[in-house]
Amino acid sequence: MNPPVATPFFFYLLAGTMVIGGILVITRKNAVHSALALITALLAQAGLYLMLYAPFVAGVQIILYAGGIMVLFLFVIMLISIERAEKERQFNKQWLVGIIAAAALGGLFIAVYTTTTKGKALFPEGRMTYGESQNTQQIAALLFDRHAGQYMFAFEIASLLLLVAIIGAVVMAKKRI
Amino acid sequence: MHEFILYIQSYLDSDRTPGGAGNIFWATVYILLVFGGLSVAVIAMNWLERKILAHMQVRLGPMRVGPHGLLQPIADAIKLLLKEDIIPAEADAFVFWIAPFIVVLAAFTVFVVVPFGPTHAITDMNIGILFMLGVSSLSVLGVVMAGWASNSHYPLIGALRSSAQMVSYEVAMGLAVLSVILMTSLNAQSTGTLSMIGIVQAQLAQGEWFIFKFFPLGLIGFFIFAIAMVAETNRAPFDLPEAESELTAGFHTEYSGFRWSLFFLAEYSAMIAVSSIAVTLWLGGWLRPFPNWLSGPTWDSIFSFVPGITFLLFAAICFFNTARMPKHPLFKIQTMGLAGFGVVLGLIGLALFLEPVRVRVNDIFWFAAKVAGFMYLYIWYRGTFPRYRFDQLMKVGWKVLLPTGLALLILTAIMGMRTELWAQLQEVWHGL
Repeated sequence: MNPPVATPFFFYLLAGTMVIGGILVITRKNAVHSALALITALLAQAGLYLMLYAPFVAGVQIILYAGGIMVLFLFVIMLISIERAEKERQFNKQWLVGIIAAAALGGLFIAVYTTTTKGKALFPEGRMTYGESQNTQQIAALLFDRHAGQYMFAFEIASLLLLVAIIGAVVMAKKRI
Repeated sequence: MHEFILYIQSYLDSDRTPGGAGNIFWATVYILLVFGGLSVAVIAMNWLERKILAHMQVRLGPMRVGPHGLLQPIADAIKLLLKEDIIPAEADAFVFWIAPFIVVLAAFTVFVVVPFGPTHAITDMNIGILFMLGVSSLSVLGVVMAGWASNSHYPLIGALRSSAQMVSYEVAMGLAVLSVILMTSLNAQSTGTLSMIGIVQAQLAQGEWFIFKFFPLGLIGFFIFAIAMVAETNRAPFDLPEAESELTAGFHTEYSGFRWSLFFLAEYSAMIAVSSIAVTLWLGGWLRPFPNWLSGPTWDSIFSFVPGITFLLFAAICFFNTARMPKHPLFKIQTMGLAGFGVVLGLIGLALFLEPVRVRVNDIFWFAAKVAGFMYLYIWYRGTFPRYRFDQLMKVGWKVLLPTGLALLILTAIMGMRTELWAQLQEVWHGL
């Protein structure tokens, strides 16, 4: 049996990359640099999915976020004049509300992590060791299987939401249809 | 030391890829082999493209450096490496510096899952084809960064065109790939696979290449992919991002020397990568012609001689042209060089006849031969078709390929489920 590749070293590497990328997104003045930092963070997130034995989700993360959505982001940002954008104010004055919201969210995370119900932590204690060789098929079973499938409805509702957004975008962008 | 040798030997009788067996030594060897092979292929492709294009236009092409210009790519490479590497004063230095590396990285990383044979891949991933499409879609980021960081008009327009083009053709490409993945699920367990090796094995099990599956559905999917892959790699007739007549050189106008050659390297290895996706998905990957119809050890051994014979044929062509070289003393060295090249090809051909080599190299040969066919097509397109206008390009992508791809996906699903659907229909009919 092979030793697990997903050692703590990789977790700290990927998590560190993500945090640094996230900080760079909000501190860079140049919008293109922010977008590039965001791409780095998203790729590191794909790495984290791999560590959780979910290669399919990692692949979708790369193809959709890093390859699709961020390219469109860059596409728009490239057309902005940098000189004008750099003169504009970078942060707004709502830091108090921001800190309260962030602290509340952090508190919630800590509370969930430390809470135990009936002597059991909410988080699984051991590391899940799914066979990653069947990951795609397992996701398909969760979605579409006649007996085990339970997320079909939620999945389709999300698709409907996206469809509405697409139609909305077309209606707003085109004056005459 | 002894343990190390045992570790190396432990893989030799494995029937899995080095990545699947978890053998780091052989995985490294395979990575180096693939990297070296790709570099040689890009160099050969550079020479072939100039030569074939020249002959299509009734020119001679490179003739001066080496016999028939065989050493031209090496001369070009030396020229590029010695050229001054200029970063424009107004450019965004960091992004400008890193963009070519991202493009090269994306173009080379996809080869981790390309199956040159049932065990001849660096690794086999459960998400193989998804990984290939995802990582190759990252190369557009490098193109966009290069165009923006140059801080110049032509590169910016080139980058904008390139990103629009690559994002739109990715959709059609994905739909064509999905129809193949539906086809892989036509087995007893009705479980499909995204793994590159699994897709080829499904073609072997079903007894036909997916290009002929549900005729003409497989063929239509193949055509959609074949068009989309030319657009994805920014090649003629879809080479608008680097249209010479309008944009000088498109997104890499401001690049020179080594960095420019990285873009060049990435373009050609991306071409090889998408061709190997097409070969794996529709043309049976490493499978030799008629693995089911002409099966058995006799046919196996007959087909295993084909690689050696091919190389001997190349050598024969070389010797024929050596005899045709001008007899002037000035051409003495060139004639000797060509004869030497022929001898090398002939020796490779003879080595391919040896029993242990023959058995192991056979699948790699068929894969490479199919990919080489696609590379020739690329050159042929470039010599034949005029460039598309940008609105025509978008029209082809969104109004022709995308609806065709959607229809193809639905029809493939219906064809795959036709017995079940028919039974359901009859049930409904009897219920009325």
